[in-house]
Amino acid sequence: MSTVLSAEGIVKRFGSFTALDGVSFRLERGHTLGIVGESGSGKSTLGRIVMRLLTPDAGTVRLGDQDLFGLDRRKLRIARRRIQLVPQDPRNALNPTMTVGESLRFQLQAQRVPRSEWTRRSGGLLEQVSLPRDYLHAYPHELSGGQAQRVAIARAIANDPEVLVCDEAVSALDKSVQAQVLNTFAELQSSLGVAMFFISHDLAVVEHLSDDVLVLNRGRTVESGPTRDVLGAPQDPYTRELLEARHSARPA
Amino acid sequence: MPSPATAGRLPDGVPLVLDATDVSVSFRGSAARWNTVVDSVGLGLERSQVTVLLGESGSGKTVFARTITGMAPRSARVGGSSLFDGVDLLDAPARDLRRLQGDRIGTVPQDPNSSLDPMRRIGGQIVETLLQHGKAPHRAAAKVRAIELLELVHIREPERVARCYPHEVSGGMRQRIAIAVAISCEPELIVADEPSSALDASVGVRVVQLLDDLRTRLGTAILFITHDIGIAALIASQPHDRVAVMLGGRVVELGFAHQVLRNPVHEYTRALIAAEPSADVPRGRLAVVPDDVRTRRDWGPLVDVEPGHAVASAARHEEVA
Repeated sequence: MSTVLSAEGIVKRFGSFTALDGVSFRLERGHTLGIVGESGSGKSTLGRIVMRLLTPDAGTVRLGDQDLFGLDRRKLRIARRRIQLVPQDPRNALNPTMTVGESLRFQLQAQRVPRSEWTRRSGGLLEQVSLPRDYLHAYPHELSGGQAQRVAIARAIANDPEVLVCDEAVSALDKSVQAQVLNTFAELQSSLGVAMFFISHDLAVVEHLSDDVLVLNRGRTVESGPTRDVLGAPQDPYTRELLEARHSARPA
Repeated sequence: MPSPATAGRLPDGVPLVLDATDVSVSFRGSAARWNTVVDSVGLGLERSQVTVLLGESGSGKTVFARTITGMAPRSARVGGSSLFDGVDLLDAPARDLRRLQGDRIGTVPQDPNSSLDPMRRIGGQIVETLLQHGKAPHRAAAKVRAIELLELVHIREPERVARCYPHEVSGGMRQRIAIAVAISCEPELIVADEPSSALDASVGVRVVQLLDDLRTRLGTAILFITHDIGIAALIASQPHDRVAVMLGGRVVELGFAHQVLRNPVHEYTRALIAAEPSADVPRGRLAVVPDDVRTRRDWGPLVDVEPGHAVASAARHEEVA
């Protein structure tokens, strides 16, 4: 097994507030790491750091065998193609003045894919996320929330990334379309072998989709390990509290 | 055998706090066409009972709840009736509505940040509500009552919190303060529109438990709006609590909570419950709500399937008529 993304001792402070305090993790190829915690626990800050959108005050992030924060501009630009973001709200993340096809071609161009392949690839991408090719001509406002999220996923997987960073990627969706998007993620993972860094406050979603879990509370790792162990037999009181909130809210 | 028009209704003997019948709401769309967002929905709310409106975005649940409590948007065209103590809230004069709303009908908003005045202290806002509705003879008495209300919603150090501004307390506390304002006049009905959705799960659960506890103690009827099946199961904790599933402006299934959530009959409700993510389902194999079920609008009228449990028939409108 090879590690595609890992972090060691990440510390991030905003003024006197410590958002992350010594967080470490390891994400293997084709696996999903669920990041759980309540608002303010540092989940999104960690997501931004692994995409190098924020610089940590201490600690290292490795993308494959490269130190993400040791790359010069040219190498960083190439490295960034290997790690892609699936945003929380796809309707704000897609350019409203571009059709789906234009958005996908824009991404392929940025990824230095030869122009001759753009049309074929963008149609193929939509099929990978179970959307008909006709949607290439649609504008974002013509899509439902679930369709827009699948377009955002198609854009993220345009050039076979190694890691998808999903920041609350299904939280804004209605329950009935959430299942479709979760299935799309699972299918892509088995066909492409992409690893997922899956940030969510929804334990049911994380339990369904993740191989491993990292539980954050106020910037500290309170528990981590295989999903079955952590959520099945939580050792930490905070994890138990999170689980209680969910179990009491389940039907059955 | 009850007729379709009364399917799912409570027995006639049950005294209702609010009785909404055949409520329709439409908005003017483009080119003078009217878009119907709520289509002939009836619902009766009983004392110390929770009624959950379960639906996805765009199902019309918020518009329906606002309309039957006399808060329909001005641009809406409204039909039907909604009786509260003999007054039809759908066409009562503003003066009458003002007397009822906040006094006998309380509202808990989704986002407590927008319902509390950021420029005024928490205690002062509760005191104002009490004085406005004549629930306290003078300011000093209202202040004492405000502290009691904060204690009632489990706020620690209520005297200190009463002197705070809304931004100085956490989101969960703000929501509990909004509940304190809603119950300050001991209303007979509380409408809670997704009161836990903006909160962290564990905080949201506490807010829901608080509402559940209040209706038991105060006998309040609660209309609870949510998109979350888990939260619906949590708030509808008593055997007589009811769940109404809304889809495309209509109620497609209505019954007691255990009937609708454990033995759903309508294909939309069944698919919605089956689509809940769970570790027991292999990855990529989650049940999906079919698009033709989700977007279908021509369900038949509600028909009783067992006492108190009504389901919209799959038959198309024309075939039934």
